[in-house]
Amino acid sequence: MPRPALRHRFARRLPWRAATLAAVLVAACHPERSRSTGSIDVQTGGAANPNAANLPSDDGQWVRPAKDFASTRFSSLTEINTQTVRNLHPIATFSTGVLRGHEAAPIVANNTMYIITPYPNIVYALDLTKPGLPVKWKYNPKPELSSQGVACCDVVNRGVVFDAGKIFFNTLDGHTIALDAATGKPVWNTKVAEINLGETVTMAPLVVKGRVLVGDSGGEMGVRGWVKGLDENTGSVVWTAYHTGPDQDVLIGANFKAYYAKDQGKDLGVSSWPPGMWKIGGGTMWGWISYDPVLDLIYYGSANPGPWNPDVRPGDNKWTATLFARHPEDGQAVWAYQITPHDLHDYDGVNEQILVDLPIGGATRKVLIRPDRNGYVYVIDRQTGQVLAANPYGFINSTTGVDLKTGALQYNPAKQPQVEKVVRDICPAAPGAKDWQPTAFSPVTGLLYIPHQNLCMDEEGLSANYIAGTPYVGMNVKMYPGPGGNRGEFEAFNPVTGKQAWAIKEDLPVWSGTVVTAGNVAFYGTMDGWFKAVDARTGQLLWQFKTGSGIIGQPVTYRGPDGHQYVAVLSGVGGWSGAIVAGALDPRDSSAALGFVNAMRDLPDKSSLGGMLYVFGLGPAT
Amino acid sequence: MTRERPDTVARWQELGVLLLPALLFAGLATRRSSPDALAQTTGQSEATALRVCSDPNNLPFSNRAGAGFENKIAELIGHELGLPVTYDWWAQRRGFARNTLNAGDCDLVVGTVAGMEMLATTRPYYRSTYVFVTRRDRHLDIRSLNDPRLRTLQVGVQLIGDDFSNTPPAHALANRGMSRNIVGYPVYGDYRQPNPPARIVDAVAKGSVDVAIVWGPLAGYFAKRSSVPLTVTPVSPQVDLPYLPFVFDIAMGVRRGDSTFKARIESVIASRQPAIDSILDAYGVPRLPLAHRASP
Repeated sequence: MPRPALRHRFARRLPWRAATLAAVLVAACHPERSRSTGSIDVQTGGAANPNAANLPSDDGQWVRPAKDFASTRFSSLTEINTQTVRNLHPIATFSTGVLRGHEAAPIVANNTMYIITPYPNIVYALDLTKPGLPVKWKYNPKPELSSQGVACCDVVNRGVVFDAGKIFFNTLDGHTIALDAATGKPVWNTKVAEINLGETVTMAPLVVKGRVLVGDSGGEMGVRGWVKGLDENTGSVVWTAYHTGPDQDVLIGANFKAYYAKDQGKDLGVSSWPPGMWKIGGGTMWGWISYDPVLDLIYYGSANPGPWNPDVRPGDNKWTATLFARHPEDGQAVWAYQITPHDLHDYDGVNEQILVDLPIGGATRKVLIRPDRNGYVYVIDRQTGQVLAANPYGFINSTTGVDLKTGALQYNPAKQPQVEKVVRDICPAAPGAKDWQPTAFSPVTGLLYIPHQNLCMDEEGLSANYIAGTPYVGMNVKMYPGPGGNRGEFEAFNPVTGKQAWAIKEDLPVWSGTVVTAGNVAFYGTMDGWFKAVDARTGQLLWQFKTGSGIIGQPVTYRGPDGHQYVAVLSGVGGWSGAIVAGALDPRDSSAALGFVNAMRDLPDKSSLGGMLYVFGLGPAT
Repeated sequence: MTRERPDTVARWQELGVLLLPALLFAGLATRRSSPDALAQTTGQSEATALRVCSDPNNLPFSNRAGAGFENKIAELIGHELGLPVTYDWWAQRRGFARNTLNAGDCDLVVGTVAGMEMLATTRPYYRSTYVFVTRRDRHLDIRSLNDPRLRTLQVGVQLIGDDFSNTPPAHALANRGMSRNIVGYPVYGDYRQPNPPARIVDAVAKGSVDVAIVWGPLAGYFAKRSSVPLTVTPVSPQVDLPYLPFVFDIAMGVRRGDSTFKARIESVIASRQPAIDSILDAYGVPRLPLAHRASP
């Protein structure tokens, strides 16, 4: 528990001190209440509540990577809290048998845990009711070998999702598969992406209103990005929304109304490109989708445009790096906001969006919070697409801010990359202030918990490369730690004030997801393998455990069949940041992994490969 | 972690004013490489086959039927070493070296750009250039990147999607503010089709573009076989100032550290260069003389 002085200092930073403390007290004094009702009253205090409709009472399961449709990654369980967490210990482990980067969240439904490995995308179902969590079934989709060569940044998979008795997931070679959750038998299998065109799939699907929503990866390959809505029961593709090209292809129709003038007009997905260039314009979608059942809108962002260099594609390059609101059943867009027009730095726009109601300007606003790769936490009215605030959560010099009147991102011309020109100290580097690793939000503290990196980059000189018999030239990109010298940070950020509440500096990029609980504990992992629990109010380290490999997975917490709370995470280093280990890249090749290797030369000394599930609890081993 | 200031840039800047075409680029592309620091891992003395890493679907370079010039050169080397040639087939895309050569599944890449960092490259065995490809019946006779007609004609350009990278013509036209009349052809192409990068040459023959700027070996081979007569002209200048090369030295690649094997391959290249040249001639590979450099 925080000492009084600490609590006082913390409370001063927050406008809703009373509300926060009230919520904390509810959680601390009535742990049984939480256990029995399955949810704390998130309306307590009223300062910073997730949309109630988006946060159904907590059944103690974890059926999708983001926990709820609002993507809070918040659990109302309180048995593991700031006082008990010190007693946490592993109660079971399980080797996945796969060595590459494990980014998935373990999924818990009906007393079963479902995990998916990176390529070859093996799905395991583990029985939570039996000691040692034995395997109930295993499914190997046997993806095409060649998909490994197509994937850009390690062969990751970000998780399965459970809905209505089925497990849904994507394979690297572009299939979406539904399995019977009880037996592991395939129900349907739809090929959604074409690896021969450079398309792969790494994202976790979202299932809403009878649709399985899937997007592609492969922006580095000259593909044209999309999201598809599949029929949940049959797997047939009901709609496809492209992120470049004419309105008809983007599913922009009569009901579309962009908030800003810059995003209004006919067929901007064509006219904001040189003729025809939109056909190979990128704008994939390999990140996160949220859903507001009241407004009946899904929210997601598209990735960066291609090809590089940006001078080949003058114009805004719509609809790349763009936030979309769509109806899930037919995919029709309701609004769009291009976050990063004419991207220069590889700032994909695919990060998570957290749907909460926040007190802003004296009123409660239905907002979408998006910690973007470009370094700003955007707070956006999710009904209209109006940007209410855009404040930095990491160090930024590539842009100078966001004009809230026009919605325009203000570029810093001094940091514009140009072939044959040396540009130094571009911050954030290409992976952004934060990449795919998702944020959590606690309605108890009103804070976002942002796992992120702190990297800058130089672009200097050219070197030759060779693909498909063709020599080409690229900038030598080198990444290195940003201001302060730490490469990562676990940060608590107040979305109302737009300011940091506290931050933990980490030597390595924090490439894991996070979870925060009503017990005021936030969990995250480090790339050298530490799994950490910190006080959600202060950032104080409460507990840590060293796992076998670096952690880039998404922790989850759930109530087991015995009624007790558990925490689970996949360990297994890799991903873009860990490519030096996962791909056994040469540490002397500083531009390898698009320059990320330069910043990670010490990782092979700190972590080695190996996918392993860890389940932690307070009681005896099962 | 300390910031590293690579020496590459300084070297580039010093050399910038002295820049000589072609000669320089292979040297520039060779950033730090110290293969001697790696363990010697060849085991080639007991080799029973010349294990070649190769793309099964990319003529004129290679294909599964062995019909590419790199296949012919591999056979030549196998013959010289007294070894049968075997292949590890893998599309030559991102991850090619990682999944083949560096995975230990094969030992030799027959074609790569000299100085490529993720492998150890031999002395170059040919030098080619990007070329303009036009229909002969158009009589366009475009020779220079500075030809004003490039601002109005439809110009086909090979494109790479990789972040921070692209082909020299893409960069050069972008530098000139020319993008409205570019038609991009991803080098990756659609791998379900035969020889995916070749679509750009088809586009010239069909008249979908007026002119294309294409890497020489690809253009030379498919122009020779086109039913519509095509003209292939080397791009001038060879280096678009200050630094952008259109001419590249092509070498063979082995694993970093395989220095004994590399030396054997280099000695075959040295002794059989005329035979290699004949193979390249037969495939219509446009070439420029290799610079005479002191042997390393």
